[in-house]
Amino acid sequence: MSEYNFAYLDEDTKRMIRRAILKGIAVPGYQVPFASREMPMPYGWGTGGVQVTAATLIPEDVLKVIDQGADDTTNAVSIRKFFQRTAGVAVTERTTDATIIQTRHRIPEMPLTENQILVYQVPIPEPMRFLEPRETETRRIHALADYGLMQVRLYEDIARHGEIATSYAYPVEVAGRYVMDPSPIPKFDNPKLDDCPAIQLFGAGREQRIYALPPHTRVHSLDFDDYPFVASKAEHACAICGSEASYLDEVITDDSGGRMFVCSDTDYCAQRAEGGA
Amino acid sequence: MMTQLAVADMTQAQAYTAPRPLLSVSNVGKRYGTRIGCTGVSFDLWPGEVLGIVGESGSGKSTLLGCLSGQLRPDAGEVLFDTRDQGPQDTLNMSEAERRHLGRTDWAFVHQNPRDGLRPGVSAGGNVGERLMANGARHYGDIRARAQDWLARVEIDPTRIDDRPGQFSGGMQQRLQIARNLVSGPRLVFMDEPTGGLDVSVQARLLDLLRGLVRDIGLSVVLVTHDLAVVRLLADRLMVMKGGHVIESGLTDQVLDDPQHEYTQLLVSSVLQV
Repeated sequence: MSEYNFAYLDEDTKRMIRRAILKGIAVPGYQVPFASREMPMPYGWGTGGVQVTAATLIPEDVLKVIDQGADDTTNAVSIRKFFQRTAGVAVTERTTDATIIQTRHRIPEMPLTENQILVYQVPIPEPMRFLEPRETETRRIHALADYGLMQVRLYEDIARHGEIATSYAYPVEVAGRYVMDPSPIPKFDNPKLDDCPAIQLFGAGREQRIYALPPHTRVHSLDFDDYPFVASKAEHACAICGSEASYLDEVITDDSGGRMFVCSDTDYCAQRAEGGA
Repeated sequence: MMTQLAVADMTQAQAYTAPRPLLSVSNVGKRYGTRIGCTGVSFDLWPGEVLGIVGESGSGKSTLLGCLSGQLRPDAGEVLFDTRDQGPQDTLNMSEAERRHLGRTDWAFVHQNPRDGLRPGVSAGGNVGERLMANGARHYGDIRARAQDWLARVEIDPTRIDDRPGQFSGGMQQRLQIARNLVSGPRLVFMDEPTGGLDVSVQARLLDLLRGLVRDIGLSVVLVTHDLAVVRLLADRLMVMKGGHVIESGLTDQVLDDPQHEYTQLLVSSVLQV
């Protein structure tokens, strides 16, 4: 314990990150540049999320870490251990008990509350990265809210697939102003972004950007009048808890076409199975 | 009472029809260091008029076009554009947001190389629809119908709406670029060598198409080219540039048939005859 400062990062770095977070909260959906530090894990493993969590963590916090909804996958386990070791904070797998939840690619099924912070790991913060390669130009597009290009992407989807085939990292408009990449969460989770009582923070370590949604922010998924946004999921019930309302993972069980659908949110699933639902 | 009414009617009618140039350019100049890009250029462009700018390479045509369309910032002069809602506005001093708004509504820019004006990774329909979506269109069916309509108007088979520009020939790409620009119903189009790099038969077809569109819609065009045949077909008025200066201007036929300046005489006599 004593060889690390609380939550690994030094206090000056945390101050710098907190400033970026505060600015992000003041301008919802705006990508704030910050001096991302090198972390003891590779880029793509959540270095941005870890830095945001480290800067917001206090000793009284209860931390939950999920990866694709699961508490027991490699990424989640290693980040949880990292903070247990460097900050000594309490950890939990229960969504309702946690005060900070760091997540990769999911929003928990249980509704979040005002006392919680949700920290997202973001690989590519720029929603127009693959439409407009020039960062100088995308920044200008954001500054002038000149978002026709974003709609072109959805148009192309319908022209090619007959529907908006974007199923994750579905672009959203925040508080009627900035268009934002909600990180690669399934579009099933997009409605949960809207009017969420918890603070939502997004950290991209390699790209050195932080952005945020303050509590109860209006978040609108982009769409067309005649092709409205649909929060889709697999048309099955969970094979373990029987839930028909939660987002499902498809699990291949053998090499002869056997498969099952189970909740991606392991805590939600386990609690329902325990409760005899 | 009668006279009063008549007077009121007359002033109103006058206010309505008072002719005003669409684009008013005075004394525009741009230097690259000590060299002159263009200098002291002034003209008025009236609604529905096509102005040709000709001259040899390096004469300042493209610099001038860049200055007029807001892509370059001139060192001197004033460019007034008659906007739809606010009347004449200085386009050089307006905010970038306003200029971009103009750029996707009332203005259009046709590049010499269609690859500069098209998005290669996006289908023809997406390319044409982008301006509509940028202006707030959010109905997929409508956007697609208008894109199809415009593809037909520039003589591209509407069934190819989902093909990428790379699958089109050079002439088709140029026509696609024109459709993409005209879909929002602009009033002023800047064209930089729209027929450059096309073979003569394709060029002739494109010119024919452009002439039809310009006359049908009543577009105002500033057309930069070094091809005198193109201006003869399209332009009402002509400006001849050399070394950054406008050396002669007037009605197209007048300038081409009776050139006054020695350079213009040389230029007109240089045209190859078949």
